Amino acid sequence: MSGIPHDHYEPKTGGEKWLHSRLPIVGLLYDTIMIPTPKNLNWMWIWGIILTFCLALQIVTGIILVMHYTPHVDMAFASVEHIMRNVNGGHMLRYLHSNGASLFFVAVYMHIFRGLYYGSYKAPREITWIIGMLIYLCMMGTAFMGYVLPWGQMSFWGATVITGLFGAIPFIGEPIQTWLLGGPAVDNATLNRFFSLHYLLPFVIAALVAVHIWAFHTTGNNNPTGVEVRRGSKEEAEKDTVPFWPYFVIKDLFALAVILVVFFAIVGFMPNYLGHPDNYIEANPLATPAHIVPEWYFLPFYAILRAFTGDVWVVIAANWITGGIVDAKFFGVLAMFGAIAVMALAPWLDTSRVRSGRYRPMFKWWFALLCVDFVVLMWLGAMPAEEPYATFSLIASAYWFAYFLVILPLLGVIEKPTEQPATIEEDFNAHYGKAETPAE
Amino acid sequence: MLKKLAISAVAALALSGGAALAAGAEGHVHDVDFSFEGPFGTFDQNQLQRGLKVYTEVCSACHGLKYVPLRTLGDEGGPHYSEDEVRAYAERFEVFDPELDDFRPANPTDHFPGSSLENAPDLSLMAKARAGFHGPYGTGLNQLFKGIGGPEYIVSLLTGYTGEEKEEAGTLYYENTAFPGGWIAMAPPLFDEAVEFDDGHDNSIHHMAEDVSAFLMWAAEPKMMARKQAGFVAVLFLVVLSVLLYLTNKRIWAPVKGKKTA
Repeated sequence: MSGIPHDHYEPKTGGEKWLHSRLPIVGLLYDTIMIPTPKNLNWMWIWGIILTFCLALQIVTGIILVMHYTPHVDMAFASVEHIMRNVNGGHMLRYLHSNGASLFFVAVYMHIFRGLYYGSYKAPREITWIIGMLIYLCMMGTAFMGYVLPWGQMSFWGATVITGLFGAIPFIGEPIQTWLLGGPAVDNATLNRFFSLHYLLPFVIAALVAVHIWAFHTTGNNNPTGVEVRRGSKEEAEKDTVPFWPYFVIKDLFALAVILVVFFAIVGFMPNYLGHPDNYIEANPLATPAHIVPEWYFLPFYAILRAFTGDVWVVIAANWITGGIVDAKFFGVLAMFGAIAVMALAPWLDTSRVRSGRYRPMFKWWFALLCVDFVVLMWLGAMPAEEPYATFSLIASAYWFAYFLVILPLLGVIEKPTEQPATIEEDFNAHYGKAETPAE
Repeated sequence: MLKKLAISAVAALALSGGAALAAGAEGHVHDVDFSFEGPFGTFDQNQLQRGLKVYTEVCSACHGLKYVPLRTLGDEGGPHYSEDEVRAYAERFEVFDPELDDFRPANPTDHFPGSSLENAPDLSLMAKARAGFHGPYGTGLNQLFKGIGGPEYIVSLLTGYTGEEKEEAGTLYYENTAFPGGWIAMAPPLFDEAVEFDDGHDNSIHHMAEDVSAFLMWAAEPKMMARKQAGFVAVLFLVVLSVLLYLTNKRIWAPVKGKKTA
């Protein structure tokens, strides 16, 4: 499947040949699992397997939870308590599912920032990157709708606030919001459609994951040097790569086991740590919680949403230019979606021809600042909308956009990259202090 | 419909305003060392039984536990009453049976009744709904060892009355140091020796408050002990698996990295 020359599956027995000439499925699996993988991949390349595990965990636990859950405003909250108290192992299933969402997002953020540092988004891997961004968007939609299902206070008010964002779109906002909710306010129709979509989207994600894997199996993996695998001959390629099985399967499984130690410690000993206590109060449309805070994984973008208030000069300018069509609320919505859009456009915004941040002395610092910025935005998203947090949010949001729209395009022009290794083999051997030829 | 919406919007605004004001004055919650805190903490069966008695004789006059099935009082890891004791306890509650179209004494398969007073919240999940997320640095990580803070809030509330009262719009409010905003509509429910414990345990107010808080923590999280045990087994198993996979990984990669295999 990949452009890297390697051994292909050869049917040997009669039965194998019979199947292969009719459905080459064994060959497909063989090529997928034996894909030549750059042998210098570091520990930041484990997150793909963690993410695949998360998707499987969420689908399996989710399907079992559905067997006991009732999507109705009068019964949803009680049915979740039924799962927690009466269903065999139900409390464990639910805590695995709710904390599984957090593990999913931890892994996806690590995966995305890995890609941003090592230039995994650059040609020829733009499609992989774009599909990845679509997966991330679907994950956010799925997580948001899943959080509504227990029908607690945060479920209800979170749904009210987030669907309200669509109401901010000029002219067509209100009909769109009504259409999304299935009525004038968050109610039974909303709960039912969120339930339906929360079940559907994970399978869309699974399909996108297959395309994501297909895309990077076509281009081959990126690696910490950003230098491509030599493809002149099979012998040359084998100096730069090892087959995915068993080398990276075992390595990734080891990483998965270590991460699951932490995951199960949280599920077993502090399962409500990442949740909000208010969600153990049944939804009440007449009582607004004091602070409506989204789940931690939405906080950075929630901070960007809130940062652009009516007294910020860009908002005032946008309002004046558009004749009042773009108000502060709509500007915030545009900024939030724009923050993800600029990230998706990184392959075309980054002008540097060097892929890996390892050989980009100036980029390194701006990237480190972006990581800090992301964490700061996450913190700010949890803070109340008042000073000094409002000013901090504005600065942090501005940096997010500046990184993608100004710094990435400029750095490619002004930065002088350091020397890259000629081959992956050279980098690998330098790291492990080995002579030029393998000492077999 | 629009009018109804407008009314609910105004009500929501008014309530949220009140809540926001209340949030401005966070109540004081003191830490209590409960037996069920930390990864190895377990419920104290005797304490849960005493707490149930406080709930039955005091709280249940107004508050309900509508999500808690009565039969779970017999579960291991809970108050762990015998089957007969649970049946006898259940009979003190009257429940409406739609098949009989009449009230009958509750069976163990029924749930605790809901709140009998309209503005008294149900207590089934109160210990989790009032979880407080504290330090270090507001990360709340100390709940791994010091518990989620919900039962502490309940103890602080029950023992936080100052004795001051005020009347506003015909409702009497009582000053309470733990309640956000400082004034609560609930009259002081506990006083020294309000409940006589079967095991002769000290029944001063703060003991009763701790016992009933422990009971409410169990009511909110009845499977806590099973959960911690599952967590412990999973962590232990995964640590062993990690070590094995580490060694396998090292062995597999040794020739690639040019190291001598053992």
